[in-house]
Amino acid sequence: MPDSTPKRPRPLSPNIQIYRPQLTSVLSIVNRITGVILSVSAVVLVIWLTAAATDPQAYAAVQGAIASWIGQIMLFGCTFAFFLHLCGGIRHLVWDTVHGFELRSIYASGWAVVTASVVLTVAAWVASLVLAG
Amino acid sequence: MDRQHTRSPLARASGLGSAKAGVEHWWAERVSAVALVPLTLWFVASIIAHTGADHATFIAWLRTPLATILMILPLIALFHHTALGLQVIIEDYVHSGAKFAAVIAVRLGCFALACAGIVAALRIAFSG
Repeated sequence: MPDSTPKRPRPLSPNIQIYRPQLTSVLSIVNRITGVILSVSAVVLVIWLTAAATDPQAYAAVQGAIASWIGQIMLFGCTFAFFLHLCGGIRHLVWDTVHGFELRSIYASGWAVVTASVVLTVAAWVASLVLAG
Repeated sequence: MDRQHTRSPLARASGLGSAKAGVEHWWAERVSAVALVPLTLWFVASIIAHTGADHATFIAWLRTPLATILMILPLIALFHHTALGLQVIIEDYVHSGAKFAAVIAVRLGCFALACAGIVAALRIAFSG
């Protein structure tokens, strides 16, 4: 096989440290980070469901942990991550149909994702707090 | 002489490269994503509707056949999607020998969690 080792170090591709963050690049990595956060949340979901299946005491223990202030902050973060990943994912599905690749469209859909995620997160928590009484 | 050296360049290249199993992976990620849009929205709406509900109320709701089905379906789609997504992240950032082990661990972990979640939903459905 031919030796593909470079004779001298070649310049690396654009370094993220010297690039000004843009909406496009930030939302790209946000979709990944929220995916990882939601993977961890999925583990909690299974624990919560298993506790509900076990007995009222186990369920109360998990509910208590979620109801604590740190649990509520994490749940709020999970809600925001969920809506960001949902809206960002729908944006990706639209892109998969080869639509919305113009620079204007990309920024419009990007800000739409951010706005919709904030609105949906706030709406979900307001609805939850109203129903809780 | 190892196997790589005895094979022709065409034999080495065919069936490899970027189109190995990428299409199936890409497609499965999209299909699971499409399924998850209504399924997760239903789940979140249901959780919001049961804010502050006690164990008995929550179980009574989850025991209904529709609620059980709509709890199991997102578990399947969710952990399928999670396994596919985390695999891409691992393949992008882990370049050591740990890559293979990490991908296998994620795949098996997602299977186990999906199974545990489905069993929990079925235990609630068929309890009492």
